[in-house]
Amino acid sequence: MSTRNLAKEQPESFAFTADHEARIKGIIAKYPKGYQASAVIPMLDLAQRQEGWVTKPAIDLIAERLGMPVIRVLEVATFYTMFNLHPMGKCHIQVCTSLSCWLRGSNDVVRAFKDKLGVSFGETTSDGAFTVSEVECAGACVNAPVVAVGDEYYEDLNYETMSELIDTLKLGKPPAPGSAVGRQGAEPEGQRSSLTTDPTQPIPKQDLAASMKKFEEAQAGARKPEENA
Amino acid sequence: MLQDQDRIFTNLYGEHDWRLAGARARGDWDGTKALLGMGRGWIINEMKASGLRGRGGAGFPTGLKWSFMPKTETDRPHYLVVNADEGEPGTCKDRDMMRFDPHKLVEGCLLASFAMSAHACYIYIRGEFYTEASNLQVAIDEAYEAGLIGKNACGSGWDFELYLHRGAGAYICGEETALIESLEGKKGQPRLKPPFPAGVGLYGCPTTVNNVESIAVAPTILRRGASWFAGLGRPNNTGTKVFCISGHVNRPCNVEEEMGIPLKELIDKHCGGVIGGWDNVQGIIPGGSSVPCLPKDICDNILMDFDSLRDVKSGLGTAAVMVMDQSVDIIAAITRLSAFYKHESCGQCTPCREGTGWLYRVMKRMVSGEASLEEIDMLEEVSYQIEGHTICALGDAAAWPVQGLIRHYRPQMEKRIKDYRDGKVSRAA
Repeated sequence: MSTRNLAKEQPESFAFTADHEARIKGIIAKYPKGYQASAVIPMLDLAQRQEGWVTKPAIDLIAERLGMPVIRVLEVATFYTMFNLHPMGKCHIQVCTSLSCWLRGSNDVVRAFKDKLGVSFGETTSDGAFTVSEVECAGACVNAPVVAVGDEYYEDLNYETMSELIDTLKLGKPPAPGSAVGRQGAEPEGQRSSLTTDPTQPIPKQDLAASMKKFEEAQAGARKPEENA
Repeated sequence: MLQDQDRIFTNLYGEHDWRLAGARARGDWDGTKALLGMGRGWIINEMKASGLRGRGGAGFPTGLKWSFMPKTETDRPHYLVVNADEGEPGTCKDRDMMRFDPHKLVEGCLLASFAMSAHACYIYIRGEFYTEASNLQVAIDEAYEAGLIGKNACGSGWDFELYLHRGAGAYICGEETALIESLEGKKGQPRLKPPFPAGVGLYGCPTTVNNVESIAVAPTILRRGASWFAGLGRPNNTGTKVFCISGHVNRPCNVEEEMGIPLKELIDKHCGGVIGGWDNVQGIIPGGSSVPCLPKDICDNILMDFDSLRDVKSGLGTAAVMVMDQSVDIIAAITRLSAFYKHESCGQCTPCREGTGWLYRVMKRMVSGEASLEEIDMLEEVSYQIEGHTICALGDAAAWPVQGLIRHYRPQMEKRIKDYRDGKVSRAA
């Protein structure tokens, strides 16, 4: 398990923006009355989107708002690794180094950001522009190696394309997310082995009436022995 | 090889419109009202007859799982919870289903919830999947707008609410009871079973947790008939399955294939073969990081389904195939997985919390060779001390890759240790 603690230096206060307040109402409404604690993760997420990280005053506010003991919210904030508990650079790059990415060259991707940014995992560049983190499986293994920049995935990277990505990010012009080799999703690159036909052709359907008749007969058959007993 | 007309996920590659109009053109939401009109008993019976086994890894029969829910609703509402917390290394199938074919999941949620008398369903999606969550939310909104879900869903008289809930980065929340805890706003630490979720689940109410793929295939199975699905694959291992093939193949891809396809055929037909040819295989993990790696001689003839892979002491898991060629330091590869489980252990059970760290530390020494030969046996023994001694299967999942390594690659491990002793491996390594 990973050990995570709150930052020593904390801001004085926290308040959600009016826009976020409106969204919070919608979020809490998703859960049954009395179970508003379910909204804790979405609310921590909103707090992080607002400030870049989860602050202690935000935790206190969310606890109060949801009627939860502060320790419960603190537990959640420290348990889930997407919550940043320390101030972050403007741009958060998360590099997957798990097995599939490692097999396809995540070490080169790591080398690229180290060469370009001069930081290691968990560090922020001195200008406060970038924080780079190592993450466990990003769940895009067929498009490995993968990095996430903010909410977006950049896939099929290598040393060169990762370096280029950082250059464009430095210019403040993030390229369109997705595959660096032009893949749409997780289809094989180049030659296609499946899904080559028209997907709108009618699908053969079963005869529901016949199926129901069979089902009812089977039900009746299963019931009979009991009736005789 | 499976034909396109027998493929369920016809927009798996995202080339077509994923929104409602596109989904309808591909046959989704076609006659859903009539399917609901067939009744719960028929739906569950049809799912049982299809032989569908859960696609999240454990392979538990889906229809049977649905039948465990109480027949009638009492004062406690029923819930369906969809597990979209995909994070098993190697696995990326649910992601593409949700971003490219979200209506299959939305329709499946309605049919499955109806079959289990649930008026509400939560989809728990991993927090990192932002685009996927956005697309899915659009699909949910479209379905509400079109009257397909919500009050009187599809004009069936059944009221159904569907909610999307985003997680925040914890592999353990893919375990069903940890997922329920997380959805309730707590740390994702698994619950002791029994009570099982079908009795006491979300908010203390009867709950069924299903994987995205298990739910998303349900509408097509019901439309085309259980016998169609059961006619694919082998008995007890029926239907189609989306495989994710990553690592050292020429063209990594996701592909929907028939269950029981030979592993070699899967890789050769869809991925352009292994880099450097089939003989270059060192080992293949057939079902995601949690299942033991298999050496080439087993991979030569193995069929990709639950029973075949169980027979060789591995598993189909999530059908995430990770291919490793001869260039890979296989001890380092398994050590990477040990690091993963150490990081993702929730810390609740001592054997797992302490054991995963212990495995990782010893594995690191196995990589450098800085160990004694007896420690290989000790490593294996400790892995058995973890396996089966924890609340959830994460402990087992941490133990199995290490056990697989020792079972099939012991000579390499012994050689590494001897080389280190002979000074052939640099001490800095």
